[in-house]
Amino acid sequence: MPRLERRAQPSRLMMFASPLIAAVLMLITGYILFSLMGKDPIHAFWVFFIKPLTTSYGVSEWLLKSTPLILCGVGLAIGFRARVFNIGAEGQFTMGAVAAGGVALYFYNTDAIWVLPLMMLAGVLGGMAWAAIPAFLRTRFNTNEILVTLMLVYVAQLFLGYLVQGPWRDPEGFNFPQSKMFTEAETIPVLIAGFRVNWSFIVALVLVVVSWFFTYKMFAGFRMEVSGQAPSAARYAGFSEKRNVWLALLISGGLAGFAGMAEVAGPIGQLQPTISPGYGFAAIIVAYVGRLHPLGVLLASLLLSLLYLGGDTAQMDLNLPSAITGLFQGLLLFYLLAADIFIHYRLKPDSNGSRPRLTPPPEPQGDIT
Amino acid sequence: MSTEQAILILVSIVIAATPLAFAAFGELVTERAGVLNLGVEGMMLLGAVIGFAVAKDSGSLAFGFFCGMLGGMAMALIFAVLTQHLQTNQVATGLALTLFGAGLSAFIGKSYVGMSLTGLAPISIPYLSDIPILGPLLFHYDLVVYGSFGLLIALIWFFKSSRWGLIVRAVGESPTSAHAIGYPVIRIRYLAILFGGAMSGIAGAYLSLAITPMWVEGMTSGRGWIALALVVFATWKPLRVMVGAYLFGGVTVMQFYGQGMGIHVSSQILSMLPYIVTIVVLVLISRNPRTILLNQPMSLGQSFYPRS
Repeated sequence: MPRLERRAQPSRLMMFASPLIAAVLMLITGYILFSLMGKDPIHAFWVFFIKPLTTSYGVSEWLLKSTPLILCGVGLAIGFRARVFNIGAEGQFTMGAVAAGGVALYFYNTDAIWVLPLMMLAGVLGGMAWAAIPAFLRTRFNTNEILVTLMLVYVAQLFLGYLVQGPWRDPEGFNFPQSKMFTEAETIPVLIAGFRVNWSFIVALVLVVVSWFFTYKMFAGFRMEVSGQAPSAARYAGFSEKRNVWLALLISGGLAGFAGMAEVAGPIGQLQPTISPGYGFAAIIVAYVGRLHPLGVLLASLLLSLLYLGGDTAQMDLNLPSAITGLFQGLLLFYLLAADIFIHYRLKPDSNGSRPRLTPPPEPQGDIT
Repeated sequence: MSTEQAILILVSIVIAATPLAFAAFGELVTERAGVLNLGVEGMMLLGAVIGFAVAKDSGSLAFGFFCGMLGGMAMALIFAVLTQHLQTNQVATGLALTLFGAGLSAFIGKSYVGMSLTGLAPISIPYLSDIPILGPLLFHYDLVVYGSFGLLIALIWFFKSSRWGLIVRAVGESPTSAHAIGYPVIRIRYLAILFGGAMSGIAGAYLSLAITPMWVEGMTSGRGWIALALVVFATWKPLRVMVGAYLFGGVTVMQFYGQGMGIHVSSQILSMLPYIVTIVVLVLISRNPRTILLNQPMSLGQSFYPRS
């Protein structure tokens, strides 16, 4: 019977292979699931993963939906590296959208060129402000940021709901809980006429490069990395923990806020009670599946965005509930966590036939997955 | 405010507090064994959807509760296998459990959206419930409410006076020592995690079978996370968990009766209250790092590898 044996060194190959293993296991589970539901699994796979990308409109939607995931995921990855667990990107996303929407409604008929940049700024600041609350509470009062960021998601969503039903409701909107449609000057221009993917996708790509530079080339990024991997070494080196917490939350909050702005000033075009199908939570999965590396985040975002699209097409073509998307997302993260064991262990055939055992790995200081 | 109104409000506080108490009691036991399971919300969602689906299909509320409990345990089992055998990080695995639970419950519950059933009815204790004021206030609840008090007493006894309670505490404080004396640390942690799942499952089923007898996607709306905060707020003590649950039950009920009581604020703003109070309470309790350090199980959140 094979047993698990600790590797002398963590396997770099497995580091990169395990997201792929996780994706394959997710597909196998999908195969079984589709079969159990009485659908032809091959056809279902085609509908889910290939069909959305067969039209140029589908490709545009794919990139469009990956944009908020990239933006939130890149920010979260920076935080997770420093072991600051911002799991409330969904709330910062919402507050970014609220702030940008506020600017759009305030300067409604201005039709000036500076309105859109101001909305972007407001979006970033809105997200940052929302993330500043857990940063302040953690650094000043030692409060766990996981619970605070999560609680603030509900507060932000209720606040948005209050705004669009109350003060910001469109007076000519037949009492629907939504704001006025933003004007053209308040909407991010699309990349190609006729398709919904807009310039925020390009901004997201640029930010992938910027975050790579920050993480691997800048001293601030290095400091955060050290605090995450070896907190005591970081303290000994005199790196301020508070500064890391603030940086991690402000960066991830700002990016999530920008993503929220891009969503309401892009495909949605107004404020409404629900503006995200859980992008902020999916971004947590994106960050882990992407190995907390900017390029990995980009690839993982494309995969998860495809899951969103596939869920929609599967609902239309196969009459499957679109909730299957969330199921696949959760499975992917589970399989990834399980496959990650082979970074530190390998299988070794055992002649004694004893049951599989674990020998202690090095103290898991930094890597969270 | 009339007496009837006051009784009505107090009774709804009890009802709102009960699922929080169950979920927090479960997490309390898990954490006392040194395991941090952030997946309470996911386990509750599964308990809620399975409880409702089974009760709807079988017509039996009791069977629904039982299967909801099993659903929570099944989720906890995934968590246990990953963290105890595959040594995955508990924070990441707990988050994964919540995200997975949200997806899985929405998937299972799709065909049950919009259905309703007759919820769990309160039982009037003969004679006692006829006492004016005290009767309806104390002796007219469903079995789960009484069960939460039974559980409270059992847990206080378990951790204070029972041998097994001491063993669980030892495992949570110092798994290495517990292992050295010969206690099966991993097995005990398994049981503690499964107990947590079972209680979360019941808490979830109580939402979909008693409080609002229907299934709505994401209907726990953060109660699992509030339960997690409650355990910290209670400094890992059962009686304080109960007090905290009633405090939060009161806050939750405020949002429904707030406008009737003359507070003219939009319902969304009032609905923010439980979440804001959670944050405030967390700040108050963690303000002094020593409070947490002195009360938190020493090995909370850390993996344990038996060396032999």
